[in-house]
Amino acid sequence: MKRLLDIEFHKFRYSKSSIVLTIIYLVIVVLMMLSGMIRIDLNGFNGSFSDLGIFNFPLVWHISTYFTSFLKIFIAIVLVSLTANEYSNRTIKQNLIDGLSKKELILSKLYLALSLAILTTVVVFIASLILGLIYSDFDEPSIIFSQMGYLGAFFLAHLVFFCFCLFAGILVKRSAFALGFVFVWYIFEGILNLLAKGVDTFYDTHIYEWLTHILPLNAMSNLIKQPFTKIDLVESALNQISVEGMDFGYDIEWIDVASVCIWSTLFIYMSYALLKRRDL
Amino acid sequence: METILEINQLHKTYGALTAVDHISFKIKKGHVYGILGPNGSGKSTTLGMVLNVVNPTSGEYKWFEGSTSNHDALKRIGAIIERPNFYPSMSAIQNLELVCKIKNIDKSKIEEKLAVVDLLNRSHSKFSTYSLGMKQRLAIASALLNDPEILILDEPTNGLDPQGIRQIRDIIQKIASNGTTILLASHLLDEVEKVCTDVIVLRLGKMLYAGPVDEMNRNHGSIFIDASDRKALHSFIENKPYAGTITTHDNGLEVKLYEPVDNAQINKDAFESGIILSKLVHRKQSLEDQFIELTNKN
Repeated sequence: MKRLLDIEFHKFRYSKSSIVLTIIYLVIVVLMMLSGMIRIDLNGFNGSFSDLGIFNFPLVWHISTYFTSFLKIFIAIVLVSLTANEYSNRTIKQNLIDGLSKKELILSKLYLALSLAILTTVVVFIASLILGLIYSDFDEPSIIFSQMGYLGAFFLAHLVFFCFCLFAGILVKRSAFALGFVFVWYIFEGILNLLAKGVDTFYDTHIYEWLTHILPLNAMSNLIKQPFTKIDLVESALNQISVEGMDFGYDIEWIDVASVCIWSTLFIYMSYALLKRRDL
Repeated sequence: METILEINQLHKTYGALTAVDHISFKIKKGHVYGILGPNGSGKSTTLGMVLNVVNPTSGEYKWFEGSTSNHDALKRIGAIIERPNFYPSMSAIQNLELVCKIKNIDKSKIEEKLAVVDLLNRSHSKFSTYSLGMKQRLAIASALLNDPEILILDEPTNGLDPQGIRQIRDIIQKIASNGTTILLASHLLDEVEKVCTDVIVLRLGKMLYAGPVDEMNRNHGSIFIDASDRKALHSFIENKPYAGTITTHDNGLEVKLYEPVDNAQINKDAFESGIILSKLVHRKQSLEDQFIELTNKN
């Protein structure tokens, strides 16, 4: 495993685009941290994001994982281009001839995806911890380290997305088209969702609810639910309106966890099967 | 003698097309093999199959008498296929370091091998800045990194200029003289003729011949003779048991030989028959002639 990681990080380290995108990712995370300090002067309203209480423990875990989730596209581009470029430079062929087995090749990519998922989780953890320590109204360790499940969900969401991108890279072989494939798949899931909602309203079925758990990108984004209505200001406003039937769940559902784990395994296995069958 | 590679009834089809048709041969240690064949005869596909990048439709192959798994066997060989494949944004050294990591060997040999292919002064430039000849030389350096037990080269001089071809050929000859087993696929016959001891001839995926270069066509070359009295010379030579087809050229007769014969003997026979030869040259048949003959026959 150490050898495979070493091989993969060697490729990662000397690829300019990978390094640039990873730096962009880190810079944006830091900028988002700093945004908490910006004071806004608007129509007599004077305050900053931190005054909303969004950096309070343990809410900060939920907020930060939710808002940094979309950034995974940067890391995904890195993974897709690293994988697809192996095809366009035909280095994948040379790797095999040099004595890497097809299994090792997929494993090394999986290890890279795992490491990047761990890395992003750690970065977000540290960033949120610092933000929380600066702005949080509560600082008892028992409160700080509660609801850490969101970080686990964050990790899983990244892992399944990276595995998906890996599979797209191997399936399509060209980085631009592979990213296109990921995007098209995203739209495809959106259309399925709409159709399901339509069918549900007409036939009183629950297809949509199932789709949100079953489709990979749905399950991924469903892992961490929106935290807006948890913010004090919004919550109190909603309470005043007190709309009937407004019931928000924030918990990570086990079915989503299971779903993304199964999808991750499937993507890796399908990548392996594809590579094994193919003549290079 | 130790067998390095044994191929048994290897077969590959792409849809209706048969690329490689039940090929079997053995590669023994210490020989230099040439795989000959026109473009599209299945050379690269055959090599691709034994190098684990093309899945055979049927048949099997064994590296090192089956003592190791295929991908471990590949760590003990050096191979370049078609064109050099490296990471464009890495330098020569960084690319070779990666190969060392894959092959699980020490990095200490990198400089030595770069010196063999004369690339030391450019070892820190990015691969994407290299000329085709340099890329091909880097590929050879990479294939030599593990001091391979067999070196496989697929069209190593493809697309190079005459200087580049000469450089690569010199490198191959140097490696061959060190006793490394080489398997060289090419359609350039003089390339093969200059370095190979054994040949495997393919055409349309079928194997036509496998064995030593000299025995490819059991013939003994031809003689070019001339005398002032051509007619007498013609009737003299056509009655000899060793003479095959006779072709008349402007500058003499070309006689194919059926059996080995001494030039002095021919001269003596002619003199005794009252013919004085003005020219007597024995010429071995070139590999190209042999190859054309063999591929036409089948």
